[in-house]
Amino acid sequence: MDLLRLLSFGPDGWGDDLLAGASLTIRLALATLPFGLALGLLVAFARRSQLKLVRGLGHAYATVFRGLPELLTIFIVYFGGQILLKDLAGLVAPGSQVEVNGFIAGMVALGVVFSAYASEVFLGAFGNMSRGQYEAAYALGLRRQTTFRLVIFPQLIRLALPGLANLWLALLKDTSLVSVIAIDDLLRMTGIAVRVTKEPFFFFGVACLIYLLMSMVSSIGIAAVERWSNRGVGRPA
Amino acid sequence: MNWELLATYGPRMLGGLVVTIELVTLSIVLGGMLALPIAFARMSRIAPLRWVSYAYVYAVRGTPLLAQTFLVYYGAGQFRPELQAIGLWWLFRDAFFCCVLTFTLNTAAYQAEIYRGAIRAVPRGQWEAAASLGLGRLAVLRHIILTQAFRIALRPLGNEIVLMIKGSSVAAIVTVFDLMGETRLAFSRSFDFQVYLWAAVLYLALVETLRRVIDIIERRMTRHIHPASSAPKTG
Repeated sequence: MDLLRLLSFGPDGWGDDLLAGASLTIRLALATLPFGLALGLLVAFARRSQLKLVRGLGHAYATVFRGLPELLTIFIVYFGGQILLKDLAGLVAPGSQVEVNGFIAGMVALGVVFSAYASEVFLGAFGNMSRGQYEAAYALGLRRQTTFRLVIFPQLIRLALPGLANLWLALLKDTSLVSVIAIDDLLRMTGIAVRVTKEPFFFFGVACLIYLLMSMVSSIGIAAVERWSNRGVGRPA
Repeated sequence: MNWELLATYGPRMLGGLVVTIELVTLSIVLGGMLALPIAFARMSRIAPLRWVSYAYVYAVRGTPLLAQTFLVYYGAGQFRPELQAIGLWWLFRDAFFCCVLTFTLNTAAYQAEIYRGAIRAVPRGQWEAAASLGLGRLAVLRHIILTQAFRIALRPLGNEIVLMIKGSSVAAIVTVFDLMGETRLAFSRSFDFQVYLWAAVLYLALVETLRRVIDIIERRMTRHIHPASSAPKTG
């Protein structure tokens, strides 16, 4: 059996199917990123709040979702979401049927996990910001929100970038877990190819190589973003 | 709270928790034994050793654990005649063994990076001081460097164990009845969402216990560095 022919595009090759799966994996990761970042920043704010209750809630959120297996979070969001939506739909229009979209469920679950870790990274970045930045902005007469938008946030991103880059690489790998809730990502498409061709070692090996390639391309992109975010920072003489 | 459901599936889920702990303990310990040689290979003066170990660490860390598990578990089935010929098929037929093998190889790469970082974090002066006392390289390594490196590695190692506890749940997908496997079984029979929340509580309890234990070990290992906190204040 010619293994390379199995990877060809077209009706008897699996190349196009694997590529479609890889594209869904990338789309899922890219869709999760902004959601996870925004939620993570929000949780970081909650954990820095002056209100004890808000601080406690933010801390509990981060502890729970960093402690739960990602797989379990996905199941909880997928099945729990189904029950929640059914109850809601039952209130609006009794007897109607709703299905949870797997892509959205995967995105929410992965985003929640991402945000729990991201809040930790943002918290660390806030801690590294010197007080003088706030005081200087205040002395210039900037309001609180303007200070955050123009002074603090750009520096926060620079400080948080190495940590966030690691989270992105972890996210890319965690997307493979959504294959268990029937989303046609790279790993699931590979599984289908294996069932038909009976070549598990070859196909799962190829899937691993594709994941590796995605990580490598990401690392190159991350290095570029890091150079860009450090452009204004003077090197010590 | 559904007590009837708890009576039916509770004991099985606790059994699953034990399987999870076995899976993680075996993988972490075996992976740790593999990690030290890899860490030394990464710092070796022999270039090919450095390249091979770097490639291994990079490949393992760049691919998902689930894909690695599939590669070992389903991939082994393809080599059944060969494995039978050398008398190892009974091992690879067992999903639990395949998971321990995969997780060991996986955590070895992560632990190798932790140990490498910790060994390099020990100040050079420690090597020089030990050498000037006339100690041999191996003795320096064993008594002076590794003991200090372990203290530095403890916290990242704790994080790695937590990641392994969470990651071990993928074993459920290849038919191992760990905590996640038992939970999935209970859900598929009862269709009661509660079982997932019980599993969440058990996983959190496990992770939190581990975190406390690491904290205690760390405090014991660093008590010579922070004596002020326990010593009475003077002057």
